[in-house]
Amino acid sequence: MVPQLDSKCPSGPIEDRWRKHKFALPLVNPANRRKYNVIVVGSGLAGASAAASLGEMGYNVQCFCIQDSPRRAHSIAAQGGINAAKNYPNDGDSVYRLFYDTVKGGDFRARESNVYRLAEVSNNIIDQCVAQGVPFAREYGGLLDNRSFGGAQVERTFYARGQTGQQLLLGAYGSLMRQVSTGRVQMFSRREMVELVIVEGQARGIVVRDVVTGEYERYAGDAVLLCTGGYGNVFYLSTNAKASNASAAWRCHKKGAYFANPCFTQIHPTCIPVSGDYQSKLTLMSESLRNDGRVWVTKKVGDTRRPSDIPEAERDYYLERRYPGFGNLVPRDVASRAAKIECDGGHGVGATGQAVCLDFRDAIARDGRNVIEAKYGNLFQMYEMITGEDPYQVPMRIYPAVHYTMGGLWVDYNLESTVPGLFVLGEANFSDHGANRLGASALMQGLADGYFVIPATITAQIAGRKREPITTEHAAFAEAEAAARARNQKILDVRGSKSSEHIHRELGKIMWDKVGMGRNAQGLAEAQKEISALREEFWSDVRVPGTADHMNPGLEHAARLADFLELAEFFAMDALHREESCGGHFREEYQTPEGEALRRDDEFAYVAAWEFQGVGKPATLHKEDLSFEYVKLATRSYK
Amino acid sequence: MSAHGSSDSINLTLHVWRQSGPEDKGGFEVRRLNGVSTHMSFLEMLDVMNEQLVAEGREPVAFDHDCREGICGMCSLVINGQVHGPIPEITTCQLHMRHFKDGDSIYIEPFRAGAFPVLRDLVVDRSAFDRIIAAGGYVSVATGNPQDANALPIPKRNADLAMDAAACIGCGGCVAACPNAAAMLFTSAKVSQMALLPQGQPERDRRVLAMVQQMDAEGFGNCTNEFECMAACPKGIDVSNIARMNREYLRASMCSAEGA
Ligand SMILES: Cc1cc2nc3c(=O)[nH]c(=O)nc-3n(C[C@H](O)[C@H](O)[C@H](O)COP(=O)(O)OP(=O)(O)OC[C@H]3O[C@@H](n4cnc5c(N)ncnc54)[C@H](O)[C@@H]3O)c2cc1C
Ligand code: FES
Repeated sequence: MVPQLDSKCPSGPIEDRWRKHKFALPLVNPANRRKYNVIVVGSGLAGASAAASLGEMGYNVQCFCIQDSPRRAHSIAAQGGINAAKNYPNDGDSVYRLFYDTVKGGDFRARESNVYRLAEVSNNIIDQCVAQGVPFAREYGGLLDNRSFGGAQVERTFYARGQTGQQLLLGAYGSLMRQVSTGRVQMFSRREMVELVIVEGQARGIVVRDVVTGEYERYAGDAVLLCTGGYGNVFYLSTNAKASNASAAWRCHKKGAYFANPCFTQIHPTCIPVSGDYQSKLTLMSESLRNDGRVWVTKKVGDTRRPSDIPEAERDYYLERRYPGFGNLVPRDVASRAAKIECDGGHGVGATGQAVCLDFRDAIARDGRNVIEAKYGNLFQMYEMITGEDPYQVPMRIYPAVHYTMGGLWVDYNLESTVPGLFVLGEANFSDHGANRLGASALMQGLADGYFVIPATITAQIAGRKREPITTEHAAFAEAEAAARARNQKILDVRGSKSSEHIHRELGKIMWDKVGMGRNAQGLAEAQKEISALREEFWSDVRVPGTADHMNPGLEHAARLADFLELAEFFAMDALHREESCGGHFREEYQTPEGEALRRDDEFAYVAAWEFQGVGKPATLHKEDLSFEYVKLATRSYK
Repeated sequence: MSAHGSSDSINLTLHVWRQSGPEDKGGFEVRRLNGVSTHMSFLEMLDVMNEQLVAEGREPVAFDHDCREGICGMCSLVINGQVHGPIPEITTCQLHMRHFKDGDSIYIEPFRAGAFPVLRDLVVDRSAFDRIIAAGGYVSVATGNPQDANALPIPKRNADLAMDAAACIGCGGCVAACPNAAAMLFTSAKVSQMALLPQGQPERDRRVLAMVQQMDAEGFGNCTNEFECMAACPKGIDVSNIARMNREYLRASMCSAEGA
């Protein structure tokens, strides 16, 4: 029998669960908090909000990030907005509705208790951010403006121009720096966590590499918080920042933290298409564009004319045709897959045929150029800067790109992983979005975890368990450091012929073709083999010049790639095991006659949490069965 | 415009700054780079150059970058003497090679300022900016239960001006462009944002005094109204923020208890 995991979710009426749970958690006396060391890895929305809040409470916090400043974490790039159930527009929103939409949007693969808590604290997040001076968009009366986002039927998204992530992160960063100035938080920038240290079964520290000097450093604590973001860069091309990586999470996984639902990946429908082999990342165009832009492809197969030369009668507005109810506003997973189907069928536009049009011609004719410019001016500018084409004159070309990873380290209701004392926050955990994340809900989750959940639940470790005091002289630290040093040296010693960039691109191709938007058993099995062979190639033929004792960006990249090469095979294995289609996971064998995702609730309404057994070896499956007491299991329909 | 054509490819001579560490004197290394697609971004062009270095068994040129979409403030570079390159109001990562011509020579240097020491090649240390923010660039509000977000209406004009200032990405281009290596535009953007919002009022005087003091302590220069900072700023942060900071500073030092 497959072992079951205990999520530690409280029972009873869903509205009372979080309150009840908080009351049941142990407390730490304010005067004692300074005696506890909390290590926070990552300074994105999740890490910065957690480090600041714990510092304010009086804990002794050490926070680490790879970039030169905590303000530069990948969260800074989020454009569209953040959801909350304030119901300021009086359009029928409520905590319950946000909860309901998120469970349904996640295609019934998230935990109800967690999602309810997320919806419940969403309003506190907005209050907190406004109090910090986050300049959200406002109306003339001085009150906050809301918009509808990603097809939501209510206006619940708060935004700061097209830079919501930036403003939220700068708010959290300000709070973090305030704690730095009081000395309660120590900030370590340009540090990369390379190992987790476990002592007597508890997470008690980390080893980091100073990426400027190349030196290894050890830090001990009473708890470790991993807030290291998602692993979308396993596809090489994604909308993630270049330094976004899976290494911290993966190394924790290898030390006993179960990894859940790795195959749940979000492919965002509106990104600027690939333009050549040199492409280094993909740029997201906010999906708010779909509120006014119409998506189309050519009816003729293999049409290489410029989109603006294709006459109206030869255009196929396929989203409006297939989904008359939601039209261009269908959820991300549905829109992305539809674009792939059209392009695979030869209906794509542009030189590569790997693009669809997002056309503002009709919106401009209807509302006037001024109105469209006021709404999307900065996005149009960005598009022109990157492509050299003017979207006021010709249709934009867009294509789906990897954007977000719903999977991540498994955590219980306290956000604690299967390694006691190791908590996982933000995109790095698997918790709240099920198989598909709705727009504007990642920012909400990162800040919910950091500002409101962890300050309460961390006591499960701090006060709930006994530990011996330790220092970084403990043998476990020496061992972890030696392992990290040896791994980097091993990479340098290969002295082969292929650059790590080259191998990463190859990995990306395998992932995109066989583990991307459409997956099938044969392709996934092939992908596993190909990834395994590529990993061999890496370890026998990678070339990383230089040494480890100074700044060596090539080494940093290669070390992260080594982890991606392990994660990728595991990812394909999870996708192969999940014989159903749900959310961002589409198995071609499991679709309805109309080509929509076919979920198999009887067999797969569970979280797959995997226990590491060795590189390339089958991991052990642990299940957390999901029950839906409030939102009844139903097929999503956007017709 | 076609995506693939021979006219879309150019040959370049790159003069790239290389420096092994803060103590090293450093100097330009000249490299030819042929067949550069004009659809590439500037950083993708550097990626291609680095791939060639790796193929030669040499260490790639270190440069800072992360989001590659103009928002994280990580990328830097002085390109042909211009901070973030020749196109106004963009970052280096948003610059594309279609703005260069076949046969061009391109000089690529790190941001230069006493308060931004070079760490390696094109990478500089901008941690002084974090210390300026730590001195007071925030509202002192602890996580908890502040009042409802709509309890304090803010005139749209002020909210918009605050957002204009808050758009600063902290790249340090203003410092690199200033003949005095002053950090006035950066510091004033944060001071302005907070001075324009009701949430910023209680600490208004203390904030401006502390941040200016930290700015001076970091060794940034004085402002002599050259406005080079605004010209180089990828986010178009306006120098009126500097004027506002000067007023705030004067007010705080003359009229408030904090200034005494
Ligand atoms: C282009 C784009 C637009 C988006 N727009 C939206 C939106 O409009 N609304 C929304 O809700 N969501 C949006 N998202 C998703 C959202 O931005 C992210 O999911 C979220 O910001 C992740 O936050 P985080 O704190 O978990 O991680 P991140 O912000 O990724 O931070 C990770 C941190 O961990 C550090 N780190 C990583 N590895 C290590 C290591 N080994 N050692 C030390 N430090 C490490 C990094 O330095 C960084 O500080 C968008 C995402 C993208 C890519
Ligand atoms: S790399 Fe982020 S702004 Fe240029």
